[in-house]
Amino acid sequence: MRQLLMLSGKGGTGKTTLTAAFASLADSPVLADCDVDAADLHLLLQPDVKERMGFRGMELAVKDLSRCIDCGICRDSCRYDSIDENNNIIEEMCEGCAVCTIVCPEGAMRMEPRISGDAYLSVTRLGPMSHAKLFTAEEASGKLVAMVRKNASDLAESWGRDLIIIDGPPGIGCPVIASIAGVNQVCVVTEPTVSGAHDLSRVIELCRHFGVPACVVINRCDINAGKADEIAAWCDENDVEVVGRVPYDTAATASMIAQETLIEHDDAVLAPKVREVWGRLEELAYGR
Amino acid sequence: MKLVVASGKGGTGKTTVSVNLAVSLGKCTLVDCDVEEPNDALFLGDPRHLEDVTVLVPEFDLEKCTLCGECAEFCRYKAIATIPPKLLYFDELCHSCGGCAIICPVDAVSEKPKMIGEVRTMSVGDIDFYDGRLSIGEPAASPVIRRLNAVDYEGLAIYDSPPGTACPVLETLKRADFALLVTEPTPFGLNDLKLAVDVVRAMDIPIGVVINRDGIGDSGVEDYCAEDGIEIMMRIPEDRRIAELYSEGRAFADVLDGYGDMFRGLMARIEAVVR
Repeated sequence: MRQLLMLSGKGGTGKTTLTAAFASLADSPVLADCDVDAADLHLLLQPDVKERMGFRGMELAVKDLSRCIDCGICRDSCRYDSIDENNNIIEEMCEGCAVCTIVCPEGAMRMEPRISGDAYLSVTRLGPMSHAKLFTAEEASGKLVAMVRKNASDLAESWGRDLIIIDGPPGIGCPVIASIAGVNQVCVVTEPTVSGAHDLSRVIELCRHFGVPACVVINRCDINAGKADEIAAWCDENDVEVVGRVPYDTAATASMIAQETLIEHDDAVLAPKVREVWGRLEELAYGR
Repeated sequence: MKLVVASGKGGTGKTTVSVNLAVSLGKCTLVDCDVEEPNDALFLGDPRHLEDVTVLVPEFDLEKCTLCGECAEFCRYKAIATIPPKLLYFDELCHSCGGCAIICPVDAVSEKPKMIGEVRTMSVGDIDFYDGRLSIGEPAASPVIRRLNAVDYEGLAIYDSPPGTACPVLETLKRADFALLVTEPTPFGLNDLKLAVDVVRAMDIPIGVVINRDGIGDSGVEDYCAEDGIEIMMRIPEDRRIAELYSEGRAFADVLDGYGDMFRGLMARIEAVVR
């Protein structure tokens, strides 16, 4: 089984739009949306949810009011500032470490399980899909990403499919690190702006750190052709393959509104370009 | 006043709004909390290193350790395993809670600082600027943001938030007086705006919306804001000149006519709401 992960560093460069387009072109893929705190792929693919699984995140500290003597030791020991001046637990800040339970002299603290989100196994017109929703103001997005990936592998197994295309989260932190472990190929979607270039360099460094091969797509390449060339030159110097450039076109937004992928939207400008990019990316994803 | 500029979806224009608002106001503190991918400085100058950000991680005295396994059993993040004759520690799983040092019955665990990022600073005219940079490969952004939350300021501080709705965003929103949510008028923008509104409301912070790239999509965001009673405080039109200036790392508020006044008007409106 092969896994292709779409990343970007900077948000809003077109990860989800391109992920969906590639899903249209791939031969029998499984899809996974690992941007669990702001997932969007489902808006294009309209998944039919077949199974919903509660996601147990980290446990939550709970205080027994009748035992608490307001000594404040728990507050001083909590590294996440999750206990306020009145020694009440700020639930959304608690990371479930349980230190408060061992420092409390009165045994007033205990840990309780909490459901921090939902994971879904679904079917879409382009193949089976693993996705999730982290509940409002919950922690543990990395752990939920791991669950989405496990579910995607299970789907690939049961459907007999050998490619998982993963829509990744922005940034380089916890959910991205959980997304990157063990994938075969990363494709970084960037844009020709100073921010796009800066964030690209950090994601490429992250891929190196974890020993995962990465390639680059320059999206909206004509917004600043000079900057696109600079990015391509930087990639060249750093032995990163640019698998293609996709121009800016209003069709990207139009297809989103129509709930279609760029390929399904049958656009004259973007679809041929995206096919070209996929031609090379598919080879890399399969390690050819 | 602590003003947080947030969005849910990435790439909607948080950096654009934060930087141009700061430039238009001239005198304020600007703090870039998108420590995974900080971009504000690219528009303003070259900040200098202010300090390292460290977290505490365990150090095991193997002479004293009896491999009893209590630390491994306690650790909720599975960062420690004892498989006699070995103790294994997985640095990347550690959340720096300090529990292993407390629970160890033979005092074999101490804590030492580990560098996970840095805080940088500069002055740009009357703007006091700070940002944080998470080191590559480090998972936890929140400790760097926690350090940025301790920045001293007078008057107004604009905090540029990371995207999403998870822990780093919650950390940035702490003690905020107002959250300005930047969105774009598309189905993705609307979906992620709703998520951001949920988070900000859960923290009891007043909200206003900025629609960026106004005109590119549909009316979903407008309809939602009208129905939900959320004020649209500013619209930045889709304008190729803005996109080009952004791509070069230039603020547009002091280049294109009229925008400086628009941003100052936005701030006056926010101040009125907060009062």
